[in-house]
Amino acid sequence: MIITGRVWKFSDDIDTDAIIPARYLNTSDPAELAGHCMEDADPDFSKKVKPGDIIVAGKNFGCGSSREHAPLAIKGAEIEAVVAASFARIFYRNAFNIGLPIFESPDAAAGIREGDRIRIDSAGGLIYNLTLDEEYRATAIPPFMAEILAAGGLINQIRRQVKDNV
Amino acid sequence: MGMTITEKILAAHCGRDRVAPGELIKARVDLALANDITAPIAIAEFNKIGVARVFDRDRIALIPDHFTPNKDIRSAEQAQIMRQFARRYQITHYYEIGRMGIEHCLLPQEGLTLPGDLIIGADSHTCTYGALGAFATGVGSTDLAAAMATGEVWLRVPETVKVVFKGANWQPWVGGKDLILYLIGRIGVDGALYQALEFTGEAVAALSLEGRLTMANMAIEAGAKNGIFTPDEKTRSYVEGRAKRPYKFYESDKNARYSRVLELDSGAIEPQVAFPHLPENARPISEVGTVQIDQAVIGSCTNGRIEDLREAAAVLKGKKIDPRVRLIVIPGTQEIYRQALTEGLIEIFIEAGAAVSTPTCGPCLGGHMGVLAGGEKAVSTTNRNFAGRMGHPESEIYLSGPAVAAASAILGRLGGPGEVE
Repeated sequence: MIITGRVWKFSDDIDTDAIIPARYLNTSDPAELAGHCMEDADPDFSKKVKPGDIIVAGKNFGCGSSREHAPLAIKGAEIEAVVAASFARIFYRNAFNIGLPIFESPDAAAGIREGDRIRIDSAGGLIYNLTLDEEYRATAIPPFMAEILAAGGLINQIRRQVKDNV
Repeated sequence: MGMTITEKILAAHCGRDRVAPGELIKARVDLALANDITAPIAIAEFNKIGVARVFDRDRIALIPDHFTPNKDIRSAEQAQIMRQFARRYQITHYYEIGRMGIEHCLLPQEGLTLPGDLIIGADSHTCTYGALGAFATGVGSTDLAAAMATGEVWLRVPETVKVVFKGANWQPWVGGKDLILYLIGRIGVDGALYQALEFTGEAVAALSLEGRLTMANMAIEAGAKNGIFTPDEKTRSYVEGRAKRPYKFYESDKNARYSRVLELDSGAIEPQVAFPHLPENARPISEVGTVQIDQAVIGSCTNGRIEDLREAAAVLKGKKIDPRVRLIVIPGTQEIYRQALTEGLIEIFIEAGAAVSTPTCGPCLGGHMGVLAGGEKAVSTTNRNFAGRMGHPESEIYLSGPAVAAASAILGRLGGPGEVE
């Protein structure tokens, strides 16, 4: 999979309350959540972001709550991928489970600036900065997680297993 | 090479003699839980799988605690989805308002989270149950849906960080909350990312079960997958009479492998306050300076147990809170609420000028029952002080244990119980 898009840059330790504040958790509709995506980190974000954009952030992205509303809000905003120096573990699992592509790369997080255009080659684990002409390597996706992505998310994978067992 | 307690529990739940850090395993789940915020997504995903029943109706717990008693119509509809699912699938452990509690206070009390268990919950503070010597970790709603259907979860075996709290010569008013805030202050909010935190040493051996629940609860605030204690006689006396199933004690081998060993001198730890906007911004009470507060919250899955309420009441007894402060006390479960009534603690809180609420997560996540306005400051015994967590993005949260929160409510500013005695 090749993903190309414009970058919105965020700092370290972006927590799930910043990605989707709890005051909006009385719904789980991705389109509605998308309207408040990243609101407490950047109040105008949902107005500025365009389908196909990419979020690049520092370390520990998605720390805090287990709320799946966080990756759902990002996916609902039609953001194609998230690149971060590191991810909090529940967010990491949730993103794969719902089919939001995420990439761990400290070099990319350090080098990429807001507004840069980047291209991500998910199979090769390479991130190319079209604006700066720089290349960064992403941590390889474990084969098991790649299988979940290939199946179209965890539920599709489980559904197939359940069918096989019948 | 020996194994850690975390590795032993994971091995036992995937039918193997041993597992090693980094391995991916498919593990059997003893209990899977969700709440009124995370269950609706899990239920929608569960319905997509197309199974006729849940894997075991006795091993799922559904607890309406976050936006309940329902704060608005849409929250009521979320809670309704969970209630209807619980009825349809005859879920044994569903708890209605009036008989419920904050999930991580309630389930240990009900004897549903036991030593040696493997527990997953669609709530990040599921790690609380590690206090009992269980492997417990938070997951998202989709993982929970898969577990409700299959009774299994995929896990990566974590490396373990061993933390040794040396000495039990505590300073006055220091409790589990202070130990864990101090640790997070030392290692940071991603200091144990993807890893297990194993708490050991004379101080945690001397700590009550409730203090251990407080510490394990905040393992996630250091990024950990789970926090865990070695079960002992205190664990046994807590679970005896409560346990709904058989349980098993595990302990780490002497030659277990750790990714890091951290030794801390418990006697040097003062009551702690974590400043906005991260739990790692911990400072000793002697260095907090002058910070006026508008609200104090005592409760939550971190500090809503009877021992916490006793500690707060000991500070508040016979005192009035500052007229500018709103003190909100939230017992963690109905049983704790009644115990606090019987012991006269509720009377002390009301006499002091506090509001006492039915059990709810409420203000901890800015849901209801104490949402902050812009510019307001709260001292809180909860677990997160992220910007906007308790309401307006420009409000501030200072995390502490119950004694500091109670003393601060009296003083009208951050301060320790020593200042109000």
